[in-house]
Amino acid sequence: MVAVLTRLFGVHNLALAEDVVQDAFCRALEVWAFRGVPENPSAWLMAAAKNRALDVLRRERTIRTYEPELTRFLGSEWTLAPVVQEMFTENSIKDDQLRMMFSCCHPRLPEEAQVMLILHILCGFGVDEVASAFVTTYTAVEKRIPRAKKVLAGSKRLFDTQAPSDFATRLPAVQRALYLLFNEGYHGASAEFAVRADLCEEAMRLAALLLGHPLGATPATYALSALMCLNKARLPARLDASGKLNSLFDQDRSLWDQKLVREGLQLLDLSANGSELSEYHVEAGIAAVHASAPSAQSTNWEEIVSLYNTLMTIRPTPIVALNRAIAIGQLDGPKRGLEALRRIADAERLARYPFYEAAFGEFELQSGRTQLAHQHFSAALALSRNPFERQFFGQRIAACGV
Amino acid sequence: MSDFTFLYRGRDTNASPEQMQKTMEKWRAWFKDLGEKGHLKDIGHPLENAGKVVKGKQKAVTDGPFAEAKDVVGGFSLIQARDLDHAVELSKSCPILDVGGSVEVRQIQVINM
Repeated sequence: MVAVLTRLFGVHNLALAEDVVQDAFCRALEVWAFRGVPENPSAWLMAAAKNRALDVLRRERTIRTYEPELTRFLGSEWTLAPVVQEMFTENSIKDDQLRMMFSCCHPRLPEEAQVMLILHILCGFGVDEVASAFVTTYTAVEKRIPRAKKVLAGSKRLFDTQAPSDFATRLPAVQRALYLLFNEGYHGASAEFAVRADLCEEAMRLAALLLGHPLGATPATYALSALMCLNKARLPARLDASGKLNSLFDQDRSLWDQKLVREGLQLLDLSANGSELSEYHVEAGIAAVHASAPSAQSTNWEEIVSLYNTLMTIRPTPIVALNRAIAIGQLDGPKRGLEALRRIADAERLARYPFYEAAFGEFELQSGRTQLAHQHFSAALALSRNPFERQFFGQRIAACGV
Repeated sequence: MSDFTFLYRGRDTNASPEQMQKTMEKWRAWFKDLGEKGHLKDIGHPLENAGKVVKGKQKAVTDGPFAEAKDVVGGFSLIQARDLDHAVELSKSCPILDVGGSVEVRQIQVINM
């Protein structure tokens, strides 16, 4: 809704658009208190926002300036209502969300702020929800979001998604933001939840919007969507009914969502069109190997190690190196795994990451050095960020039997 | 039994969506309770803030009511109660009181002809 209204009012009136939405929402709730919640609350809200927008445009058309290209339509009562009506059709809403998505990925904003803005404006997350998604404090987000909005409002106009060269330039930032959003949900360090499926779903919804745009449907976008589907497919097994976190090695694979797996593999096929090999291609490839393996033992670890080697050439981060080391351990045994772990460059950046310690623990355990394994798992336990991780590492400590 | 109106004054305009949602649920629960006990003659309506005031013999029209937000009537309901005291008792659980608003309880005049 904010996206549509910002398209109407112009990006410099972002705050006005938000006020209108807030106002429409509050009024809606008041009416619902008296009259009951309607059958289709979101359509109802859209209609309420549309009416509010018309009110504001009528009342303030002389005071404010709106989106430059729309001003002449908004100035006359003859064209005002049809233009607003048009804005609120489904296709227009999709376009506006896409436009807003690109606007949020402003080059002057750090990546994290871009993702926060997308969550806040496009996914309707409140400040407290954004804070919990990013494991940061309410006040920190409360400061960052207005600052980011100011940058956005300063850009004078919304991003033009019809200009091919601008689109291509900013597309990687948008893909990256959606990737981070998905990961925040999948591996997020939330204090209350091991997995935030809602964040994953929002990322997938926005990625689908991107795929629906002729310029957005690039091989990398297909790969990104494939990656999301294939990983999301494993979520039901990642967290079992009692809320226990399961590693890839002891997940009940029958719980994997086969429909999503098929969808992911199909998207991966579509992504193999052209010469571009993005990091999303490689990651989706890794997820596809896992998704096609009936068990951890029968996984094609050779393929996975080779994909991680490729990924290291595109995105050489300590996390990628850690995952590569784990795969090497699966392929060549714990001794090689430990060597790979010790060779990780920039390992100090993993110092607070519990699964780094845990990886040492697993390999030491497999090598029969239970005492050492116990120490590593204890260190991981001390670093754990939510009750699910604590329970998980607690079990690994118990498995050491010392 | 007599009829009364409840005039709800003062809306919380700074509430976050989450707070608003909670408030709405409280209102629905309150109305439901009144209805089940047979006190709700007509649930009434919430009112828009904006309106006009027509005044005097000249029928002068001004924008308004332009009172402080806490004084603006935000909605009304028709209530059935034994007497004024009973109606006041019923109004004491109104959710508007939790957000700093007020309920004006007025008996509806009945002239038996």
